[in-house]
Amino acid sequence: MANAHIKAAGGGFRLGQYAICLKGIVWREALRFLHQRERFVSALVRPLVWLFIFAAGFRTVLGVSIIPPYDTYVLYEVYITPGLMAMIQLFNGMQSSLSMVYDREMGNMRTLLVSPLPRWFLLTSKLAAGTSVSVLQVYAFLAIAYFWEIEPPTPWGYLTVLPALILSGLMFGALGMLLSSLIRQLENFAGIMNFVIFPMFFASSALYPLWRVREGSPKLAFFCELNPFTHAVELIRFAFYEQIDPLALGAVLGATIVFLAGAILAYDPSRGMLMRREGL
Amino acid sequence: MTLRAIQSEAATDPAGAAALGVERVTHHYGKRKALDDVSFSVGRGSFTVLLGLNGAGKSTLFSLITRLYATRSGSIRIFGFDVNRTPGEALRRLGVVFQARTLDLDLSISQNLSYHAALHGIGARESKDLIREALSQADMTDRADEKARSLSGGQMRRVEIARALLHRPRMLLLDEPTVGLDVKARAAIVAHVRRLVVREGVGVLWATHLIDEIDPGDNVVVLHRGRVLDQGNVREVAARAGAQEMGAAFARLTGEGAAEDPA
Repeated sequence: MANAHIKAAGGGFRLGQYAICLKGIVWREALRFLHQRERFVSALVRPLVWLFIFAAGFRTVLGVSIIPPYDTYVLYEVYITPGLMAMIQLFNGMQSSLSMVYDREMGNMRTLLVSPLPRWFLLTSKLAAGTSVSVLQVYAFLAIAYFWEIEPPTPWGYLTVLPALILSGLMFGALGMLLSSLIRQLENFAGIMNFVIFPMFFASSALYPLWRVREGSPKLAFFCELNPFTHAVELIRFAFYEQIDPLALGAVLGATIVFLAGAILAYDPSRGMLMRREGL
Repeated sequence: MTLRAIQSEAATDPAGAAALGVERVTHHYGKRKALDDVSFSVGRGSFTVLLGLNGAGKSTLFSLITRLYATRSGSIRIFGFDVNRTPGEALRRLGVVFQARTLDLDLSISQNLSYHAALHGIGARESKDLIREALSQADMTDRADEKARSLSGGQMRRVEIARALLHRPRMLLLDEPTVGLDVKARAAIVAHVRRLVVREGVGVLWATHLIDEIDPGDNVVVLHRGRVLDQGNVREVAARAGAQEMGAAFARLTGEGAAEDPA
């Protein structure tokens, strides 16, 4: 009886055991999500404030011309919705990855890392768990936005946006994980807001189309085009309209791979990035 | 087929290997040497105390054993499995209780336990029995569905110990497990773990700076400023230091006065 699961495994791990582990990590994240109502509410209120107040106020100031994927004039609220969906995911990615290391969850990170399964798998599972939560948050936001008459051209849009949300959620989660392992100065969320979230959000196509930015400042437009957040927003925008933006897809995919590889390297024990933080 | 054979070969514990073997481990943080040529072993079913003041290198050693970071110089083996080279095989035979509280306070006690089972790849059917046993071992059977938040410090520790043993490891690490507990809860935890050693034959490495947690029959490893000053049976270590008991021996060995004796 003792060590039955070890013997059953015959050394190494069966595929089923990986699945059990992944399921356990996602399940825990979902339970935490259900228990932390404040986190859920604030994740929902933030984009709604932008939608109801900011967008309503700027509706007349910022006209949006017809640009793909839109084939008619759209209200400003409609234009910024994909940006707000990406913002929900950006916040969630930063929060779940960073709290893992800095906040009360630090102990949980250690519990996670003493699991005998390979570390890349543990980190990827953690990422998948955070992403599922962020996707749920986006759909909750869309449900409310629906009553504001913000909806895809056909209901299929709710389905076609899902892969885009999963991919962008993974990208932001991986970015957060990478930052959490590399940057010591970002020890609280205010720092992340100032140095990561705000620049990424404002220097993107979330609030205004890039051609508008280019009119104002070609330099800024250049940075916007480099910004992975821009590509996540465009990927979501097109997917919501049942289309694929190949450039955005490529950029988000590429950035996800780079961030994730970076995070796995940074958490690799032999690279010793963690070693600098003796406290952990 | 051949691969299978090799794998099942690897799955059996090499006979006679110590529960934990630390061999010539040296570790630096930048220029500062945190561990200097540390060697000791914990026998199967033995209770070994890692005695040292704060900053002696106990936490660094635990980070290396649990593979938070890699051992650069020297080797650490758990039942013969090298932590660096075969981390999966080594870590699945190890249970860990960290100094910081690591229960998820928002989850119930049994949810905490099933999360741990999942992290070890143990499926729902098998983990059910293991969790039931763990709960009864921690004396928490009727509180399984309560949030971990509702537990006292001592109760949390008991659950953490039960959790660390859930996947049936034969080696248990505890990093200052009585920190923050009152005298009574402290004594209860010490007694609880000692019973596990006797009853279940688990090898234990118990890191502490508290002299009164040591029994005369224990093995002790005295760690000071990253170096092992002496090790062995408590009576022998005390005798070698020319002292009556461990407190005085520790003071002599380190030249720093006694480790704390809160009793």
